[in-house]
Amino acid sequence: MSGEPLLEVRGLAKHFDPGAGLFGRGGEPVRAVDGVDLRVATGETLGLVGESGSGKSTLCRAILRLVEPTAGSVRFEGQELTELSQRRLRPLRRHVQMIFQNPSASLNPRKRVGDIVGAPLKLHGLASGAELHRRVGELLGRVGLSPEHLGRYPHEFSGGQRQRIGIARALATEPKLILADEPVSALDVSIRAQIVNLLQDIQDEMGIAYLFVAHDIGIVRHVSDRIAVMHRGRIVEQGQTDQVCEQPRDPYTQELLAAVPVPDPREARARRSTGGVGG
Amino acid sequence: MSGAPLLEVRELAVSFNTEEGSVRAVDRLDLDVAPGEVLAVVGESGSGKSVTALTLMGLSRGPNTRISGSVRFDGIDLIAARDEELRRIRGERIAMVFQDPMTSLDPVYRVGDQIVEQIRAHRETSREEARSRAIELLDAVGIPDAASRADAYPHQFSGGMRQRVMIAMALSLDPSLLIADEPTTALDVTVQAQIVALLRELNRARGLSVVLITHDIGLVAEVADRVAVMYAGRVVEQGTLDEVFYDPQHPYTWGLLGSLTRIDRPRPERLPQIPGAPPSLLSPPQGCHFRPRCAHEFERCAQVPDLEARLAEAPGHLDRCWLDPVEKRERRPIEVDGS
Repeated sequence: MSGEPLLEVRGLAKHFDPGAGLFGRGGEPVRAVDGVDLRVATGETLGLVGESGSGKSTLCRAILRLVEPTAGSVRFEGQELTELSQRRLRPLRRHVQMIFQNPSASLNPRKRVGDIVGAPLKLHGLASGAELHRRVGELLGRVGLSPEHLGRYPHEFSGGQRQRIGIARALATEPKLILADEPVSALDVSIRAQIVNLLQDIQDEMGIAYLFVAHDIGIVRHVSDRIAVMHRGRIVEQGQTDQVCEQPRDPYTQELLAAVPVPDPREARARRSTGGVGG
Repeated sequence: MSGAPLLEVRELAVSFNTEEGSVRAVDRLDLDVAPGEVLAVVGESGSGKSVTALTLMGLSRGPNTRISGSVRFDGIDLIAARDEELRRIRGERIAMVFQDPMTSLDPVYRVGDQIVEQIRAHRETSREEARSRAIELLDAVGIPDAASRADAYPHQFSGGMRQRVMIAMALSLDPSLLIADEPTTALDVTVQAQIVALLRELNRARGLSVVLITHDIGLVAEVADRVAVMYAGRVVEQGTLDEVFYDPQHPYTWGLLGSLTRIDRPRPERLPQIPGAPPSLLSPPQGCHFRPRCAHEFERCAQVPDLEARLAEAPGHLDRCWLDPVEKRERRPIEVDGS
C-alpha cells in the first residue's frame, strides 16, 4: 500500500445508549463499535470477519453515516466524512456503495428492476432518458442478467439473480469502494461461488475496492488481500490474508479458524482424535 | 450396516398442489438409517430435504399434499399410520430439532417447565420427577448450572444455548431417532462446532440415530457416517462418508465439493462454480434434473437414471448418473484423495 489510502477509518466508535427508547433501563452504553482503525487501498479487498454481534454491520453503517458515529474519523480520499452535512455527503455517496446480505429485503418489491438499477443514476444526475435505459441494460449485462429483465419485478428472480440486481445497482454510479455486508451468506452453495467470482471479475475490470464483510472466514480468506478480525466491537487482528490465516496471533482468530469445519473425513477424524474442536 | 434399518424409506414421493400446478417436492426417494447411525441429507434450498424431514415426522400431511411410497420406522409404516399413532411416535420415538430454536420455544414459559410439560404429556410421572429429569437433560447437553438455568426464559439464553435446550427437550422421552433440520445454520461458527460435537457425542454415548439435514456439505465430514445428496427432489448420490467424499460419482456432488472454500488448502484463483440455478419444480427438466447445469450431459440423460450401485467394489454406494464409472473418474474435475 503506497500513498494515501482510499478509505481510512480511525478510532471509529458507535455506542448505543440503553437509556434511550421506550423500554430504556439506563446503564452502561453498548459499545457496538469501539475504536476501530482500518485502511482500504484503491482496488484492494479488505475482508472483515466476525461473528454475529461483533459490530461489523454497525461499522459499515457508521462509515457511510447511515448511523452517526459516536467518535472517530472516516476519511475517503483524504476528505473527512464525519464533519460533512448530509447534503454535502450525498455527492460522495456516489463513490461508496453498499451491497446487502438479503437481496430480497434490500430491493423494493414494487419497483421494476430497471427502475431499481437506474435509481442511483437518476439520483446523482448521471443519466436520463435513452442514455439511462442504455446504461441500465449494460449494467444488467455486466452482472450476468439480460436487458429483457428490465421490466420484471424482484420476486420473479431467484436469490442469486436478486443479488446480481443488488450488485448492478451498486455499480451504477461507478463507485471506487463497495461495502459488501455478507453478500453471499444468504445464498445457496452452488450460487455462492458464482457471485464471489462475479465480484472478483468486476474488481479486476473496474479496479473497485471492497470492504468484504462476512462471518465465514473461508469465503473471506478466498476474496481478501488483507483481513481484519472483529470481536466485540474491536479489531483484534489485522494483516495480510495468508499471515492472519496461517499464523494467527490473537486467541479469538485462532478460535475462529479452529471452528471452521474441515470438509475432509480423514482430517476431521484426525482432528477429533487429537482433541481439537469438534471432539 | 448390520441387521434391519431403524428407518427405511422406499419410493417416497411428495407432491403439493399449488395455484400454478403440481410441485413434486420429493421424487422416488430411498433412504436407510441403521440403529446408531448418523445419516446426513445434503441439499440446497428446493432440493426437498426439509419436505423429506417433515414427511418422516408425518408433518407434511394436508389436503393439498399427495404422499406415496413407504416410510417404515422400526416396522411401523408412518405413511399409513393414523394421526393419533403418529402423535405418540413423535417425541417418544422420533424427535426433531429445527433451525431456529427461538421459534420452537415458548417465550413466556421457563425452559425447565417446557421440558417438564413435554415429559408429563407422554409419561405418568410426578412434577418433581419430571423436573429432576429436565435438569439432568439440560446438564447432559452442556448447559452449565442446569438446576438454576431451568428457571430461565428462552430469551435469557444465547442462540447456541437455546439450541442445546431444544436438543434436551428432543431427548426428554428418550427417542431412538433424532431428525435435525439445519440445527446449526442460524448459529455462529464457533457455536456450530460445539453443537455438531454435541450431536456426535449423543450419537456415540446413547446410540441415538440421527438424520442431519443440512445445506452445508463441509459440516458433514465432522459428524456423518453416511451421506445422501439431494438435488431438485431426488437423491442423486448416497454412500458412506468416505465414499462420497473420496470417490464422488455424481457431477452435482463434484460441484458441491469443488465450490467449498477450504482453509486447509492454498487458495485457488477462482472458485469452481456450477453454472445456472436449480430448476423450478413446477416444470423440471425431463430426465436427469441436473442435466441443464451439467458439463457432461449426453443423449441418455433425457431419461431419469435410477439410484443404483454402479461400482462393483462398493455395493452400498449409489448414484443417479448415466456416465460410466471409469469415465467419471477421468472427468472428475476435483482433486479427490482416493488412497
